[in-house]
Amino acid sequence: MQRTDFHEIEISSRRFYSILVTLAGVLVAAAYAFFYMESQGHFVTGMNNQVVWGLPHVVAIFLIVTASGAANVASLGSVFNKPAYQPYGRISLVLAMSLLLGGLLVILLDLGHADRLIIAMTHFNFDSVFAWNILLYSGFFVIMGLYLWSIMDRTATAKRCYQPLAYLGFVWRFILTAGTGSIFGVLVAREYYDILMMAPLFIASSYLIGTACFSLVLLLLYKLEGRQLSEVIKSRLAISLCLCIVVVTLIELARHLLNYFIMGYTAVEVFVLRDAGAVTLMFWLGQVVIGLVLPIILLYLPSVKRSRLAIASTLIMLGGLCQLYVIIIGGQLQPLRLFPNAVTETSGNLDIAYSASLPELMLSLGGVAITLFVFTIAVKVLRLTPANS
Amino acid sequence: MTNVNLIDRYRRKFLGGIAAATGAALAPGILLREAGANPHDQAVSNKVRWGMLIDTNKLKDGGDAMVAACKKEHGWGDEPNSKPEQQGQWARKVTFQDKASDHKVSLPVMCQHCEEPPCVDVCPTGASFKRDDGIVLVDKHICIGCRYCMTACPYNARSFVHENLENQKPHSPRGIGTVESCNLCVHRVDAGKQPACVEAAADAVIFGDLNDPSSTISKSLKKYEAQQIRADLGLNTGVRYWGI
Repeated sequence: MQRTDFHEIEISSRRFYSILVTLAGVLVAAAYAFFYMESQGHFVTGMNNQVVWGLPHVVAIFLIVTASGAANVASLGSVFNKPAYQPYGRISLVLAMSLLLGGLLVILLDLGHADRLIIAMTHFNFDSVFAWNILLYSGFFVIMGLYLWSIMDRTATAKRCYQPLAYLGFVWRFILTAGTGSIFGVLVAREYYDILMMAPLFIASSYLIGTACFSLVLLLLYKLEGRQLSEVIKSRLAISLCLCIVVVTLIELARHLLNYFIMGYTAVEVFVLRDAGAVTLMFWLGQVVIGLVLPIILLYLPSVKRSRLAIASTLIMLGGLCQLYVIIIGGQLQPLRLFPNAVTETSGNLDIAYSASLPELMLSLGGVAITLFVFTIAVKVLRLTPANS
Repeated sequence: MTNVNLIDRYRRKFLGGIAAATGAALAPGILLREAGANPHDQAVSNKVRWGMLIDTNKLKDGGDAMVAACKKEHGWGDEPNSKPEQQGQWARKVTFQDKASDHKVSLPVMCQHCEEPPCVDVCPTGASFKRDDGIVLVDKHICIGCRYCMTACPYNARSFVHENLENQKPHSPRGIGTVESCNLCVHRVDAGKQPACVEAAADAVIFGDLNDPSSTISKSLKKYEAQQIRADLGLNTGVRYWGI
């Protein structure tokens, strides 16, 4: 079997630092947005008492879900023993950890009291899915870190740990994504989130978006180095993506049909799929057309070979972002039903609308920027990139 | 030698100073915690479960006076910078019209003080909690402002403090970046009084101990069946209604 050598990414210092400086610029803007929101309060955001989770949550959960999926390539190489994927395991794990870091930072910095992180780490209510997720996310860093060590270290101890850690990482990712989906699934009052389908949907979507993100990043890395990614891995990634698209489509279809016909959540289904304005558009155009239909056409059509993986991956990620926007924002926009079979009016301040403000957008972009910042440094200083694959 | 002694003395003085400063900084926190654990001489008991029965037929204004009394008591709802949908809202008036009968009913909706509160289940830090006597509260000191409880509440009863506040009521502290809701006027209940909204609609609302079979509220509930909002969720609310 051919031995794979790894190297630090070969790009000029000038290029490397210009990437870092650009990202640092975004990070400074995001830090400013955070301090502005922290000192003024959330009135400067578009969030309110009805839509309590806004764009930062959409982006944060997008990054977290993508993180879990991005580590899939490593699992395919180890747990499923596919040698073609093995050279890319290192990049896959470092990307996953960078994404999770970005996602967690955005969630943390959007808290009403980001300064109380220590309380979140020391006061646990074990009935809360959120509290379990804090443990799952912390565990993810530790397990993925150890897994990466077992891949990179050539000692016998590391080699012995490799397989168990690979399995542990795989199971942990599975639970983590299901746990993230369950954050919404346990909300009994919100009909759009039903526990039955949220966990599997999040798992399937994470595989899809994560694999797309990994493909795009890998293509970019090779482009930066002026190398060509092998057709074998490209076509394998394309097949994986197609398979994930089919699974996500089926689960989404099942979820909506189940909600509408079996669970009796007709009002919320009609609302999100027909009446919710921008959210409805995001579902049909963003999630369905851009995120599912166009990519599968691109990946299957032999005539559009050139850079189709990159375009399809970009579209899938955009679609995934729309999907989470529809789930998180759409689910909150639907008014709660206090009295079935009655027309309800409310005094006071319960207008339900949401549009993201600039500080929210900057904070969200900051999450993406910190992911890329950490990842760029990692591929520059660590031997993660395969030299001959 | 003298110099060495002098340095030692300075060092001791310096360390002593640091120790004293640290002590002074920590002491209020420690004392606050001790004092806060048992603010009154008596511990709250689970033998009592406070509840409220609202007769919507007798509410002439549909609950406006109750909402206004709550607002006055706790000082929410006039935050200068927040948009209308970001203002504090511990209670609101809801009017519903039955589609079949066209019958219209107005009622005040606030935290329903559930026996099985979803907000308590989801809170990651335990800041949302239910006191032994059934009052659902937010511990402002450990609320991290994640707003998970707001999405979990089926009654939209919670709001988030979107800005810095001034001139707060000493008996009802509120804090930027934390979640708040009706606390059943816990400061009044602990002092043996009734919640402000109950006093504002004394003819239409009964407040009392749901666990005591001889209390007026228990007897009234036995006499005529009262409704819960979203009874289908099985939360066993502490706030009940007649006429909905």
